[in-house]
Amino acid sequence: MSHILDKLTFFTNKAPETFSEGHGVTTDENREWERAYRNRWSHDKVVRSTHGVNCTGSCSWKIYVKSGLVTWETQQTDYPRTRPDLPNHEPRGCARGASFSWYLYSSARLKYPMIRSKLLRSWRATKLIHKDPVDAWASLMSDTELTTEYKQARGLGGMVRTSWDEANEIIAASNVYTAKTYGPDRIIGFSPIPAMSMISYAAGSRYLSLIGGTCMSFYDWYCDLPPSSPQVWGEQTDVPESADWYNSSYIIAWGSNVPQTRTPDAHFFTEARYNGTKTVAVTPDYSEVAKLSDSWMPVRQGTDSAMAMAMGHVILKEFHLSGKSEYFDDYCRMYTDMPFLVILDEKDGTYVPGRTLRASDFDSNLGEEKNTDWKPVIYDANTNKVVVPNGTVGSRWDESGKWNMEAKNVADGSEIWPEVSLLKTKDEVVSAGFPYFGNLENDQPIFAHTEHDSVQKRNIPARRISLGENKDVLVATVFDLLIANYGIDRGLGGENVAKSLEDDVPYTPAWQEKITGVPAEQVTRIAREFADNADKTRGRSMVILGAAINHWYHMDMIYRGIINMLMMCGCIGKSGGGWSHYVGQEKLRPQTGWQPLAFALDWHRPPRHMNSTSFFYNHSNQWRYEKLEVDEILSPLADKDKWKDYSLIDCNVRSERMGWLPSAPQLEENPLKLSKQAQAAGKDPKDYITGKLKDGSLRMSCEDPDNPKNFPRNMFIWRSNILGSSGKGHEYMLKHLLGTTNGVLGKDLGELGGPKPKEVEWHEEAPEGKLDLVVTLDFRMSTTCMYSDIVLPSATWYEKNDLNTSDMHPFIHPLSRAVDPAWESRSDWNIYKGIAEKFSELCVGHLGTETDVVALPILHDTPAELAQGIDVKEWKSGDCEAIPGKTMPNYISVERDYPNTYKKFTALGPLMTKIGNGGKGISWNTENEVEFLGQLNHTVTKEGISHGLPCIETDIDAAEVVLSLAPETNGQVAVKAWQALGNFTGRDHTHLAKPKEDEKIRFRDIQAQPRKIISSPTWSGLEDEHVSYNAGYTNVHELIPWRTLTGRQQFYQDHEWMRDFGEGLCVYKPPINTKTIAPVIDEFGKGRKQVVLNWITPHQKWGIHSTYSENLLMLTLSRGGPVIWISEIDAQKIDVKDNDWIELYNTNGAISARAIVSQRVPEGMSMMYHAQEKIINTPGAETTGTRGGIHNSVTRAVVKPTHMIGGYAQLSYGFNYYGTVGSNRDEFVIVRKVDKVNWLENPDENLDHEEIA
Amino acid sequence: MKIRAQIGKVLNLDKCIGCHTCSVTCKNVWTSRQGVEYAWFNNVESKPGVGYPRKWEDQKVWNGGWERKSNGSLTPKMGGKFRLLAKIFANPDLPEIDDYYEPFTFEYERLQKAPSSTAMPTARAHSAITGKKMEKPEWGPNWEEILGGEFSERSEDYNFETIQKELYGEFENTFMMYLPRLCEHCLNPTCVASCPSGAIYKREEDGIVLIDQDKCRGWRMCVSGCPYKKIYYNWQSGKSEKCTFCYPRIEAGDPTVCSETCVGRIRYLGVMLYDADKIKEAASIEDPEDLYQAQLDIFLDPHDPEVIEQARKDGVPESWIEGAQNSPVYKMAMDWKVAFPLHPEYRTLPMVWYIPPLSPIQNAAEKGQIDMAGVIPDVHKLRIPVKYLANLLTAGKEEPVVHALERMIAMREFKRGQNVDGESNKELLSQVGLDENTVNDMYRIMALASYEDRFNIPTNHKEYAGETPFDNEIPFDTRSACGFSFGNGCSGGTSKPNLFGAKTHQNTMSGRLHEPGSKGGRS
Repeated sequence: MSHILDKLTFFTNKAPETFSEGHGVTTDENREWERAYRNRWSHDKVVRSTHGVNCTGSCSWKIYVKSGLVTWETQQTDYPRTRPDLPNHEPRGCARGASFSWYLYSSARLKYPMIRSKLLRSWRATKLIHKDPVDAWASLMSDTELTTEYKQARGLGGMVRTSWDEANEIIAASNVYTAKTYGPDRIIGFSPIPAMSMISYAAGSRYLSLIGGTCMSFYDWYCDLPPSSPQVWGEQTDVPESADWYNSSYIIAWGSNVPQTRTPDAHFFTEARYNGTKTVAVTPDYSEVAKLSDSWMPVRQGTDSAMAMAMGHVILKEFHLSGKSEYFDDYCRMYTDMPFLVILDEKDGTYVPGRTLRASDFDSNLGEEKNTDWKPVIYDANTNKVVVPNGTVGSRWDESGKWNMEAKNVADGSEIWPEVSLLKTKDEVVSAGFPYFGNLENDQPIFAHTEHDSVQKRNIPARRISLGENKDVLVATVFDLLIANYGIDRGLGGENVAKSLEDDVPYTPAWQEKITGVPAEQVTRIAREFADNADKTRGRSMVILGAAINHWYHMDMIYRGIINMLMMCGCIGKSGGGWSHYVGQEKLRPQTGWQPLAFALDWHRPPRHMNSTSFFYNHSNQWRYEKLEVDEILSPLADKDKWKDYSLIDCNVRSERMGWLPSAPQLEENPLKLSKQAQAAGKDPKDYITGKLKDGSLRMSCEDPDNPKNFPRNMFIWRSNILGSSGKGHEYMLKHLLGTTNGVLGKDLGELGGPKPKEVEWHEEAPEGKLDLVVTLDFRMSTTCMYSDIVLPSATWYEKNDLNTSDMHPFIHPLSRAVDPAWESRSDWNIYKGIAEKFSELCVGHLGTETDVVALPILHDTPAELAQGIDVKEWKSGDCEAIPGKTMPNYISVERDYPNTYKKFTALGPLMTKIGNGGKGISWNTENEVEFLGQLNHTVTKEGISHGLPCIETDIDAAEVVLSLAPETNGQVAVKAWQALGNFTGRDHTHLAKPKEDEKIRFRDIQAQPRKIISSPTWSGLEDEHVSYNAGYTNVHELIPWRTLTGRQQFYQDHEWMRDFGEGLCVYKPPINTKTIAPVIDEFGKGRKQVVLNWITPHQKWGIHSTYSENLLMLTLSRGGPVIWISEIDAQKIDVKDNDWIELYNTNGAISARAIVSQRVPEGMSMMYHAQEKIINTPGAETTGTRGGIHNSVTRAVVKPTHMIGGYAQLSYGFNYYGTVGSNRDEFVIVRKVDKVNWLENPDENLDHEEIA
Repeated sequence: MKIRAQIGKVLNLDKCIGCHTCSVTCKNVWTSRQGVEYAWFNNVESKPGVGYPRKWEDQKVWNGGWERKSNGSLTPKMGGKFRLLAKIFANPDLPEIDDYYEPFTFEYERLQKAPSSTAMPTARAHSAITGKKMEKPEWGPNWEEILGGEFSERSEDYNFETIQKELYGEFENTFMMYLPRLCEHCLNPTCVASCPSGAIYKREEDGIVLIDQDKCRGWRMCVSGCPYKKIYYNWQSGKSEKCTFCYPRIEAGDPTVCSETCVGRIRYLGVMLYDADKIKEAASIEDPEDLYQAQLDIFLDPHDPEVIEQARKDGVPESWIEGAQNSPVYKMAMDWKVAFPLHPEYRTLPMVWYIPPLSPIQNAAEKGQIDMAGVIPDVHKLRIPVKYLANLLTAGKEEPVVHALERMIAMREFKRGQNVDGESNKELLSQVGLDENTVNDMYRIMALASYEDRFNIPTNHKEYAGETPFDNEIPFDTRSACGFSFGNGCSGGTSKPNLFGAKTHQNTMSGRLHEPGSKGGRS
């Protein structure tokens, strides 16, 4: 070939020349060398995959493969396009995702199964004696010396390589032994956020569900679940996709650091500004999102609800009471509980808002026959009568087809006009009491309080309603109570109301300034703008919020304060408006298709689920250190005697007993044995267990969590780093669950002589090392791997096939196997398949066909949610009968054929044909889909239990099961599902899916290009060509009720516990006192310069949770190891300069890290971005004498009683839907400079040499 | 008039979210190799801050860029040809590794291999250069991110010149912006002028500036000469390297890696036609504040029939003329005047331009304005001082920056009027010299910013690389033989070893540690 090519003078043929006095020159040199970089930019193939990392990004990536190795990745740009007036999605992705390929071949990669050497040595020795692995494990477990030895070594190095065969044998033997000895509910598994890699999640949960193990919740434990959402809407979380931000014309980013934590979506936020959208940032520090905003409101962290209340005050006063916005008025009347009637209870000469008035309160039941306790009422202005409107939860389950939001009297279908206020039609004006908590003093001065009275008495308009003969009741509307609660003067006289915004009355803008530090004028102006914008645009005002403000103990007050603003302004269910809560990647779009696979519903129902916060609070013994007393959080209007001597864990025990929250381990006896006993006694296990619970011969595990009979025994962790990331109370987990070296610095209630719980048995000695076996699957050596007994190397996200969806966009797209799993790693699907196979083999002779009894709490979205309607009654104290499923948990028998576990794992079971599928209260037939899957995946040809059923051998088979069964990916199912919903609402919704009825999305389709999902009734938004996905859209536009008591969005929470804790209406509640500083500050810090700072742990920039945080690229672009941000002012107080080592501690534990000193951090606050692990460059801590901890080493979960409510319409349990949440922001730490760095690198000289494998 | 075409670039800092995706994708593709661990062809800085390498902007320290003599002539600030040669063996203007940062890695293997210990094993930091343990990293390519470090240190930032800066160190007055940086592919590059080996050239066909890895002798004069400090010495190959503007992608009509992967969608690529005969004149204009306008003056209107005719004569292919006509870069720089060069006072006529960022209104300004007219703030009360932006983009001249920010605000107000109030306030536009059509175009390109609107890149025209216009041989042969590299790539010539030299060291980016003194470290 000619070298003329070297002279790449493409445009003309001319001689080399210079020009512009030599500042320009034409090249004539040989440019052949250019191929060097050209060759670099070449590859052998490009494969579509993504990152299953719970970042919510759900970005599709191009994975480049060269020489059979993954070289790098760049973002895909081929998403189906949005509408012409909206920006497109490409190129979704961020620096973290772009650095992922580093892991595949780096020295951080896990390559082989590994095991703790001390366990392996004992195991091999025991195996020599006991040939049967289950017997061997039993023998090993009986030797406390041996078990203590390996448990105490957890986390301290000493891992060795083993084989898959050996690892699987130990795991399976341990599982068989545990199920047989203690019960399958003692085998627990923790894996979060299925949406990020659904099949990998399902692998483990399917195995656990088949053997009766317990799947642990995550969303609540992470504190990403906003309990306010179930409370207000009866929905776990439903939010707008990020493209809908662009449709908004006023966005407040409230504690959501959009560019840092919603990186691939942030462009919709920046671009919306060019469309005229005003943006406001509410963040205590000058954060990244502040940089992109027009106004920055530097609110004192944790006091957000004070500001939200003040904004609500302005909106109610200036837009509702003034009659300025007809739109707001109409919206609230139709779609919120504002018109519902509330009983006013007389108490000490004043009135207190009680529960809502129900049909059953009337002698006539208002003509209703069914579910009358569950039909709250309104005042109809057309007829001047009290009526039950369509759409209450009572109508949902009475098969009347009137569960809709048409403005009709449910009794006769006549048109109604719900009266919002009784101001004009009142019988009297009464003084009602509203609880005020803003006067509570915090131990730490940065949280200011005011001197207003604990009970704010305010005049309200009321009506006396006749309930029947000689029976009447005083009532007020929710709206009138709301106005009074916000402290707005309506000319009814009396005190504690504000005539002007400048009055010092809760909740005016002037009042909030003292608490939040934000100028009253700014709050007033932003509130006005927000509402004015919503009025003009019919709801296009939006608040983006998230973990930052949801991680406070009273997060539901912060959230409800904001939600109230959005409801008042008619923003919910409106495109461009609403509540945009983004935390984890919780939107598992094809959820109903996935559930049968994940929880083995094709073989057994129900599965065993547990809420993790209560579980870890109990079983890592964090309750033994509880210092928050119920009295401190109770309403000043509550009957304190009723709550006397109850501790937080007592509340949880009561909740479990009443069937509100789930239980696992469930009972102090093995359920497999209980069923045998029942059989021997000739009784149904349900009756047998109920009888024994009633007579006290059987207790629930929660009543004695420190008894070895009630320990969780085996734990699987996959797709998670629970010990290095979101495990609140890290040091307690190390101490009590694992039994190893830890940094707990405080004393428990026993040592302190504090009041003990009354419902839980107290053991003087707290157990250490409850778990017998901890197994973790990962591709990197995380903190959790460090602490595990067995570590199984998993395939990375570029080495397996899986499915991925998110809240942030409407697409479903895959993880794909660009290259085979490196070294000995395996996909999660294959790992659990292998364990299932081994389990099936080893259980023979130990477990056969057994009857398991599953304790089931009262579940939301089932008819059972109409359980305990009027007030709280406990069977244990004789208030009511013990009725399973009504006043206590249900106990349901499930037959498990243990030796066939593997066959069940790998085939789609018969229940899909027999019972069908469904979700969120509706169900449909799936026979066609099962038949289709049999053709697609082929059927099992081997004889046995699974013969003739569709195969689920591979991860792609599993993906096809999900895609075929889900309405979101199978148009025929979508139409069936909308039809099913129509049976409840009495309206036809099928037009929402009909245009896509013939669409069926297959795995290879999404490998070719991400596909938009199909609208389904299990979600409240639509995905069509005209609107972006936004929560509540179908509620507003299709008149589908919210899944609450009233069927509307609820400002008011009338459950007895809600009222007792002062949260009937939203109030400002200051951060709680965690009391973790005083006991240790002098003991460890005398004579040292120290400063006490609030402990804030927002999501980081250089990792997603803990993943990527040890990735060398990310470490290089940050500071190369754990760092904590403090203000320049605080740094000066303790002589700390930027990059100095600091130590932070409180009673919970200690952390060692370096300081980043920055002006953007306000005084009094420290920020350690979430989930920087101690595996990277972390020295010892002087206070604890061990390795400095992670961000959760100084936290401890504190549970909240209102989150334990159940059996009450929307306040009923659902997996990851309701329950206690692991808050962590109310904490303080003592900070000081480190004088001498101690690396604690000495190996334990007393220990044997580790050469075992 | 001598017309040349170049692919220019604009980064809209107003949309930059500071995510560093550009840096990571670039690094993976181009500098994850031995010898350039510390090099980031693309990096992102948090401002105010001194940057990477430290204080790169301050030419009193580094002597980069050009100096205008009183007679109007230009010489590299570090010295003319003669003085440059004298410096070959002792260059005083060369940043040392600590000015960038000492690359580090961690002892990851310890996590899996540590024997039983008394505390949990941790992977300690090690120098990737010496292989020795480091107690802690002391500096990095993004050390000051999101305003990390004391204000007293960060405010050494060169752009604070002539600003009373103390006020900006207070929490209430905090401001921040991001500055993503790469090679400027200047029209008047100092690197080219400083290279003693003549290894650096600006490609005629697309303006990309490259260092010939065959010819580079590693003198590193270019490192000093470049005022943006965007040339990096590869200690493995002994040669200097820099951003290549991803020419293999540009030639195929694809955006650079940093541009395509920019998730903030802030990057724009498009053709600019300029009069190459006027480079010197523009670069040597006396008052630095006039340099921005001088550079605008050499850009040519691609719709002007005379320009088109001359461009054809000068060999600019038709698709490149069309590219110039549809160039988002041209629109932003020339039509709308919202984009500016980075530090024009260096006189290199840089071709990567920036749209200045808006910022939140100052809280003090907001407090008194409860009844502010519009909801979008007044440009004069924004947190980032206009002077600071002017020092960055217009050699201190404030008017053009104010004008640009006002236009962006006007666009926002106008669109808000349409979307919220249902009215098109044209007067608002005329106040800043805009009309509705122009604003709609600005809105389409800047807000909707579709892929094809961000990147308008004509492909290379290698088919012209023949002796005559009718010569098929070169393109045909290239197409047929390309990729066959029995030692020599697309060429049938003699085989040569790796241009980057034989491997002498381990790649320290794998996270694997190498013993001090062994082949692993640089030692």
